[in-house]
Amino acid sequence: MSRMRFVEFLVGLFILIAIVAFVFLAFKVSGLTSYSSSDSYQITASFQNIGDLKVRAPVTIAGVSIGEITDIKLNPQTYEAIVTMQIKSAAKIPEDSTANIFTAGLIGSNYISITPGFSETILKNGQRLQRTNQAMILQNIIGQLLYSFKSGDSKKSDSTPTTTSVEGGLPQ
Amino acid sequence: MADSIIQVKDISFSRGQRVIFNETSLDIQRGKITTIMGPSGVGKTTLLKLIAGQLAPSHGDVIFDGDNINQLSRKKLYQIRKKMGMLFQSGALFTNISVFDNVAFPIREHTNLSEAMIRDLVLIKLESVGLRGARNLMPSELSGGMARRVALARAIALDPDVIMYDEPFTGQDPVTMGVLMKLIKMMNDSLGLTSVLVSHDVEEAASISDYIYLLSEEKVIAQGPPEDLMHSNDPEVKQFMEGLPDGPVPFHFPSSVDYEQDLMDGRQ
Amino acid sequence: MNGIIRLGQFGINICERIGISGIILFRAIFRKPDFKHGFPALVEQLYSVGVLSLVIIMVSGLFIGMVVGLQGYNTLVKFGASQALGQLLALSIVRELGPVVTGLLFAGRAGSALTAEIGLMKATEQLSSMEMMAVDPLHRVIAPRFWAGFISMPLLGIIFSAVAIYGGYWVAVQWLGLDAGAFWSNMQASVNFNIDVLNGIIKTIVFGFVVTWIAVFQGYECVPTSEGIGRATTKTVVYSSLAILSLDFVLTAMMLGGW
Repeated sequence: MSRMRFVEFLVGLFILIAIVAFVFLAFKVSGLTSYSSSDSYQITASFQNIGDLKVRAPVTIAGVSIGEITDIKLNPQTYEAIVTMQIKSAAKIPEDSTANIFTAGLIGSNYISITPGFSETILKNGQRLQRTNQAMILQNIIGQLLYSFKSGDSKKSDSTPTTTSVEGGLPQ
Repeated sequence: MADSIIQVKDISFSRGQRVIFNETSLDIQRGKITTIMGPSGVGKTTLLKLIAGQLAPSHGDVIFDGDNINQLSRKKLYQIRKKMGMLFQSGALFTNISVFDNVAFPIREHTNLSEAMIRDLVLIKLESVGLRGARNLMPSELSGGMARRVALARAIALDPDVIMYDEPFTGQDPVTMGVLMKLIKMMNDSLGLTSVLVSHDVEEAASISDYIYLLSEEKVIAQGPPEDLMHSNDPEVKQFMEGLPDGPVPFHFPSSVDYEQDLMDGRQ
Repeated sequence: MNGIIRLGQFGINICERIGISGIILFRAIFRKPDFKHGFPALVEQLYSVGVLSLVIIMVSGLFIGMVVGLQGYNTLVKFGASQALGQLLALSIVRELGPVVTGLLFAGRAGSALTAEIGLMKATEQLSSMEMMAVDPLHRVIAPRFWAGFISMPLLGIIFSAVAIYGGYWVAVQWLGLDAGAFWSNMQASVNFNIDVLNGIIKTIVFGFVVTWIAVFQGYECVPTSEGIGRATTKTVVYSSLAILSLDFVLTAMMLGGW
């Protein structure tokens, strides 16, 4: 019955190829990572405006991914967005760090970048990051730009940046 | 009546609008070869299917060895079917497995015998039809006659009580016909089987049958031992048994227009 | 008047056919599994339905992936957004093209083969003779084929998607010169395992079920002549394709609407 064995072999091979393809899809294509509770912790932060930020967007420090966003809710009293993040245990965040919302590329999606502070105290599981900057909203910037054009060139150096942090740039 | 293993009692069956049987009755005697004859399309194969329970009549009963076929549950019906063997017109072998595996199929399905015992049984059955040497061939490599013999071996694999043959002689060369006739008679006598043949080969069937039923137009028009039917004076029976082209079954298909008139009309 | 009667008859006919197909499916699947006889039959069918479809699936996957890569690049580069190619490729393949094209190819290759095989067994009275030997053909012939189709289709879908993405990668990085790192990382950032990959697989499971069901039913219920088998095979391909495309829409709407 060697034909039967050959057939079984091919079917087994078929299933094996499918498993390999599945693993490829899971990890290489969709970047599936597991943030299990043993090696990660949770922190929250509130934003006035999160722009286009979505769940599963990455959380980075200095451009290096250290976690991802797991939940986004609206605070019914303060009307602020409460973002919950799952951070790798190896990444230690000082409690006076700032969370910013940047855009990846020119038309990309939003992510959170944490600018580390100088405090000795490290954020622990469940704690809240106090300092946040809201996302850059295109309409607001255009509005400001028009306003500053109207006010004339000389006044431009006087006006302080009041609201947003610009991507990749000016230190706070 | 002496021991009837199959009793068909007043069955009625229709296919769509066409009535095939109208309160027809038959008795098949145990241990005898009974042939059911009739013109093409009269419902002979349908009758076999009714006996086997593949079709259900609208009225009437089919009693097989004491069990009323139509009232059995599916499971019980399948049990009963093990006592029946059926030889289809084309043999109906499973084309994807060898001759050996075809004959072994019912044994493997319904028994827990070891492969060694199964091998012995298959070889015995194949030997009885004279095809032991062909056991490793595939059905596509067999001639029509050989395929039917293998199918016969498969039908007797579980030693049924009844074997039904659906047009076994149709389209066979004289040698194969002779072989098949010999096998049918031998199976019946040596294994004590009951055989039901469906055929319209008058000579061949008459020479081996113990009893004949002649069907025509929804009912049995004649029954009896072969000699009785051969010497019958009933015009319908005579026409069939002697193969006369014209008689109660007319040569001309009925036409509403007279022949001369039809030709004349075409000229207008 | 006549037309309306005919329409009514047509409708009743359809319901009857669907009912019969449901009963056949039910009887074929829901019963005590018979491992001694059933498992070898299943493996044999997995071979003829799944393994033998591998070639067409992989080749088609490769070419579709390459075409999407090429076309996508062509369009994105006009917006200076060629870095999004990985994202475009992966999402269109994994969410839509993968399941749907695999389903259509499967219906055409494996579905029609199933219908023809079962139809031929019916025409040569093999199914009938099996019944006479007290073996239920629904268990022995139909069920293994059904399970084989149901299992094979998701596997083939996964393989198709993986091969297609690889094909697109090959075109984008090796040929068109995009940066491999950007290609993969953009893709990974935008493809969500649960929403995209898993939903794609769910689609293939649904398609596999429907296509195999249609194929098996058409074969079992066909008119047992050579012409009847031909018509049944055609019906399998046509009905399966329509079912896949309409179900795809329904599933996509459900999935994007958040179930």
